[in-house]
Amino acid sequence: MDFSSISRRRLLQGSAALTLGTALGARSAAAADTTIGFIYVGSRDDYGYNQAHAAGAAVLKKMPGLKVIEEEKVPETDAVEKTMESMINLDGATLLFPTSFGYYNPHVKKTASKYPKVRFEHCGGLWTDKDPKNAGSYFGYIDEAQYIAGIVAGHTSKSGKLGFVAAKPIPQVLRNINAFTLGARLANPKATTQVIFTGDWSMPVKEAEATNSLIDQGVDVLTCHVDGPKTMVENAARRGAFVCGYHVNQAPLAPKAYLTGAEWNWEALYPKFVKMMASGEGIPNFYRGGLKEEIVKVSPYGPAVSETARKHADEVKAKFMATGLTIFKGPLVDNKGKTVIAAGTERGQKDPELEKMDYLVEGVIGATA
Amino acid sequence: MADAGIGLWTVPLAVIGGAIRVSTPFLFVSLGECITERSGRINLGLEGTLVMGAMSAYGISYFSGSPWIGVLSAGITGALLGALHAGICSLPRVNDVAVGIALMLFGTGLAFFLGKPLIEPTAPRLPAIDFGWWSDIPQVKAALRVNVLFLFGVALAPVLYWAFRATRWGLLIRTTGESSDAARAMGHSVLLIRLRATMVGGFLAGIGGSFLSLFYPGSWNEGLSSGQGITAVALVIFARWDPMLCLWASLAFGGAAALGPALQSVGVTFGYHLFNAAPYFLTLAIMIITCSPKRMLTGAPAELSITR
Repeated sequence: MDFSSISRRRLLQGSAALTLGTALGARSAAAADTTIGFIYVGSRDDYGYNQAHAAGAAVLKKMPGLKVIEEEKVPETDAVEKTMESMINLDGATLLFPTSFGYYNPHVKKTASKYPKVRFEHCGGLWTDKDPKNAGSYFGYIDEAQYIAGIVAGHTSKSGKLGFVAAKPIPQVLRNINAFTLGARLANPKATTQVIFTGDWSMPVKEAEATNSLIDQGVDVLTCHVDGPKTMVENAARRGAFVCGYHVNQAPLAPKAYLTGAEWNWEALYPKFVKMMASGEGIPNFYRGGLKEEIVKVSPYGPAVSETARKHADEVKAKFMATGLTIFKGPLVDNKGKTVIAAGTERGQKDPELEKMDYLVEGVIGATA
Repeated sequence: MADAGIGLWTVPLAVIGGAIRVSTPFLFVSLGECITERSGRINLGLEGTLVMGAMSAYGISYFSGSPWIGVLSAGITGALLGALHAGICSLPRVNDVAVGIALMLFGTGLAFFLGKPLIEPTAPRLPAIDFGWWSDIPQVKAALRVNVLFLFGVALAPVLYWAFRATRWGLLIRTTGESSDAARAMGHSVLLIRLRATMVGGFLAGIGGSFLSLFYPGSWNEGLSSGQGITAVALVIFARWDPMLCLWASLAFGGAAALGPALQSVGVTFGYHLFNAAPYFLTLAIMIITCSPKRMLTGAPAELSITR
């Protein structure tokens, strides 16, 4: 017999499964608890991306019959596989939320095919038919909220110059920059958005420097797409500029300077997922939605937002809520003068082409590379 | 639209402003490390000290309402971590580099653990002095809003330079760093001198950390330092253990850090990763220019474990 074929991990798994079996037996007699695991890439209270997910997890914690376990600062490496396996084998988790983009391929796919009875709900990935059936991906069209924030920003800016502090030129970030700019140009057709890429998700000194450079250029409304918007919001407010938030509501950090912001609404979505599972209908493998589906929301307007801006933004929001509105439609020209969406073509939110976005629209000052 | 922007002038202005804003932590950590290394010991743990300083300054400032008490407590925290390093290193056959790495991980880990509840609240910040009163341009005004800690740091560099040459304490530290036997022959305790030098170094590094959380970028979060403590330790070697060179090197690093974002803001969009890496290119370039195969690193204390 070849002992080397039984890896230490398998052995541990086997013994863990045994204990788990007995534990489960005892537990099902008492109450049918469901254990749900949340995995975050950063700190749970970063005033940003991870905090938004943790707020969703906090809602589940209050629901009866649910047990929520969490682990933060799990890197996007095989470390996440170990975390998932320990949540499954040691804590008995049957629903997992690995919330960071880089977890999906290959880590979630691999672990999902190994544990077919556990449900994996990944945030941001692109689930396809070839992927395990017990895995799924969900994401929100937060560009809808960015579009509305852009309208407010376009109305509020006196110089017509908006600033965007971004981490990396990946499709999701570019889509937010573009939607924000298109929204702003509804309000002020001459508005421009100046983008600065800092190079990574959490670089406070670079973010502060970017904020200062933008304001030195005459930018008077800023927004961002980094993990923790706190640095940008605080530094911009100190310099007297207005800000639009991201991920969660940052109004408490800068009550006067905060205009509005694009927020996640995981508090509404996660209970829905749990209900879908409990009722037996299951969660769709590919789940997307925007304002209408209550996956994203817009922060309440700040005191500096004018009546005109409120009205304009509310009108557009009502359209999103009613029939859905197409943000990206032809003719759309990028900032190099190339037509990226031909006249007559509408790219609805679910269009997979949008998830491959690699251009910046006309009105954005900056480049993707 | 030209009324509000200042066009290409942003770049030199941002580099000057960045030199003032970003350099302070580099300056404090490198001056602190300069003292420690001159006594013949390397404390690589200053990255951890910097982060601990930032966290404790923010926490104390938040709970006490006074940012200056925060700065002081950051210094004390740093001195305690320095004492820990020196204490462990005074045991026989302990390698100071290894202890430093351990303390770096310990310091950052402890700061992250204790700093969890401090990410959300907003603590009172250090005040700034307006040196831009003579200018009508808001950009210049903003760039010249200088923090007192920066001025302390700038003043400290020549004082240290003088102290190393002309005071009893300075000479004693240098003697210990050049030859511990000589210091011992003079009747001084080498371990005690190194303990004090490491504590002072830690104190300064802690204050450097308080600048990060209490002035610029001005809040506590876990990515705050992103390796500035380590860069500053390297900067001491690059500055040849000379406090005045530490000052210039820190200013250059601060300015270089501002270069990437500033160039993007005026529309130079190619290769921003390259410009973001400017500080490291600068280090490499100067290291290559100044190194020589014929001699040792000039100014290196002979007792340092890297030169021995």
